[in-house]
Amino acid sequence: MSTMLTVDNLKVTFPTRTGAIEAVRGVSFTLGRERLGIVGESGSGKSQTGRAIMGLTPAHAKITAKTLNFDGIDLLSAPAKARRALRGSRIAMILQDPKYSLNPVMSIGRQIVETLRTHENVGKREARDRAIAMLEAVQIRDAARVFDLHPHEVSGGMGQRAMIAMMLIAGPELLIADEPTSALDVTVQLDVLRILDELVAERGMGLIFISHDLRLVSSFCDRVIVMYAGKIVEELAATDLGNARHPYTQGLLNCMPTLGTSRHPLPVLDRQPEWAL
Amino acid sequence: MTAILSAENLTVAYDDFLALDTVSIEIAAGESFGLVGESGSGKSTLLRAVAGLAPIAGGRIMLDGKPLDANRRDRDFYRKVQMVFQDPYGSLHPRQTVDRLLQEPLAIHGVKDAERRILRALDEVGLGSSFRFRYSHQLSGGQRQRIAIARALIIEPQIMLLDEPTSALDASVQAEVLNLLEQVRRDRKLTYIMVSHDLGVVTHMCERLAVMKNGKVVERLSSADLVAGRLSEDYTKNLMVASKGFVREGA
Ligand SMILES: Nc1ncnc2c1ncn2[C@@H]1O[C@H](COP(=O)(O)OP(=O)(O)OP(=O)(O)O)[C@@H](O)[C@H]1O
Ligand SMILES: Nc1ncnc2c1ncn2[C@@H]1O[C@H](COP(=O)(O)OP(=O)(O)OP(=O)(O)O)[C@@H](O)[C@H]1O
Ligand SMILES: [Mg+2]
Ligand SMILES: [Mg+2]
Repeated sequence: MSTMLTVDNLKVTFPTRTGAIEAVRGVSFTLGRERLGIVGESGSGKSQTGRAIMGLTPAHAKITAKTLNFDGIDLLSAPAKARRALRGSRIAMILQDPKYSLNPVMSIGRQIVETLRTHENVGKREARDRAIAMLEAVQIRDAARVFDLHPHEVSGGMGQRAMIAMMLIAGPELLIADEPTSALDVTVQLDVLRILDELVAERGMGLIFISHDLRLVSSFCDRVIVMYAGKIVEELAATDLGNARHPYTQGLLNCMPTLGTSRHPLPVLDRQPEWAL
Repeated sequence: MTAILSAENLTVAYDDFLALDTVSIEIAAGESFGLVGESGSGKSTLLRAVAGLAPIAGGRIMLDGKPLDANRRDRDFYRKVQMVFQDPYGSLHPRQTVDRLLQEPLAIHGVKDAERRILRALDEVGLGSSFRFRYSHQLSGGQRQRIAIARALIIEPQIMLLDEPTSALDASVQAEVLNLLEQVRRDRKLTYIMVSHDLGVVTHMCERLAVMKNGKVVERLSSADLVAGRLSEDYTKNLMVASKGFVREGA
């Protein structure tokens, strides 16, 4: 499988008044035309890893890597203009805070239409029809009504799906999806995953799927990276989750409340300082 | 049952769209009540209406046997009822420090003992005192959500409206937060209304639940019914099937 993305020893550090916060501490992986899952503890650096690849790291942060390469392009030395161009077309990210990444003063439909029209030369009428079709594809009921709503007028799950629709209509080669389905109930979650799945299988898109839902990731992705305190502590074939070795991963599998089991209180992790070394 | 909180034929309208359509629920004191249902069905709207944040077009909400004003809530109300919003990005002011965010409700309600309470609240949600002087825009999604929970708990309300309180958390932190919520409910006899799309979480936390669809309550059942599959609505049945995970077609 051809590699489209190489990340080698990526570090992201935030200087603050009370000292440096090392958000990402040497992350390495490669990605082909496949589904790569990233799971990990809250605050372990998943979003900051995605943002670094996208070029959305806050300006005051320090970012270094031995290699950060997308399809032959060295992302760290690429000029800002080239990165912006990549972001608009070949690489897309569904951010964890969808509603706040949408433009608050523009209707959802218009934002999708504008995204489409920057990528393809289509007429107004067709653009509208395709935007509505995309909203329907992500299972938004009453898509014509939602087309005209502003981001603050939609529910959590609708905002998330509007953002997904917008990213998909751009047809990126690499999609980084940061908790794209965390606000969706399971039925809709599966529909969205099916769309992403098709894009990987049919268009050869590469997908980085960031999620805290281990069950979901293991049923959907090819490979899973597990992060803890800014580092990758384990990489597994998705089907091999049951053989996880790291105590964090093992613990994760054990502390989820499941239907039909009654455990009060839920088992919790006994985090060891050496996990964060 | 004596209801601490109830909605009677509650209707919320945005222009001619009914986000809530004659919804009635009753929640007993000390109970933990779950709300599930498809995206856009009105779960957040119901909690927001209780908190005075949605335009009520009909029906009423009763708290402790007294009807609430349609859209005004006074300080006493927020002393009693606190809400954790679905969206941790929108509900915390990004340019305020965690310390300031936690001080604010204490100051508004004249609660003494701020120092001890802040340290305890941070500790309870698994964020040490090193987070105290961070700005909320310097936090990850799950860290924000935990601050939002700490902020709601810190003034020790009687009723918590919890809108997807753990959906941004990994399972390990989720387990800690759920344990904390259960423990404070037991210790302080709190009442919860909790929205979650995760059936494992709702049945773990709640004794009874309501299923919503298109602005209406379409099914009421106990967690035991749900677990045993005693369901009448197709939507609820689909939820059960789908919660088993992603199945690739032809695989
Ligand atoms: N602007 C910032 N300044 C300082 N620290 C930051 C900043 N942004 C993020 N961090 C810290 O970097 C670490 C990694 O954050 P990141 O958002 O990547 O976590 P995450 O793995 O996505 O977590 P979650 O699952 O909770 O979203 C966290 O500890 C966070 O507090
Ligand atoms: N300010 C508003 N203007 C117009 N419509 C609104 C507004 N606020 C909410 N709605 C509509 O009300 C409906 C219910 O929204 P609500 O946020 O209650 O859904 P929800 O059940 O919480 O969904 P989710 O699981 O996605 O969070 C949605 O169709 C939404 O578009
Ligand atoms: Mg994140
Ligand atoms: Mg909601």
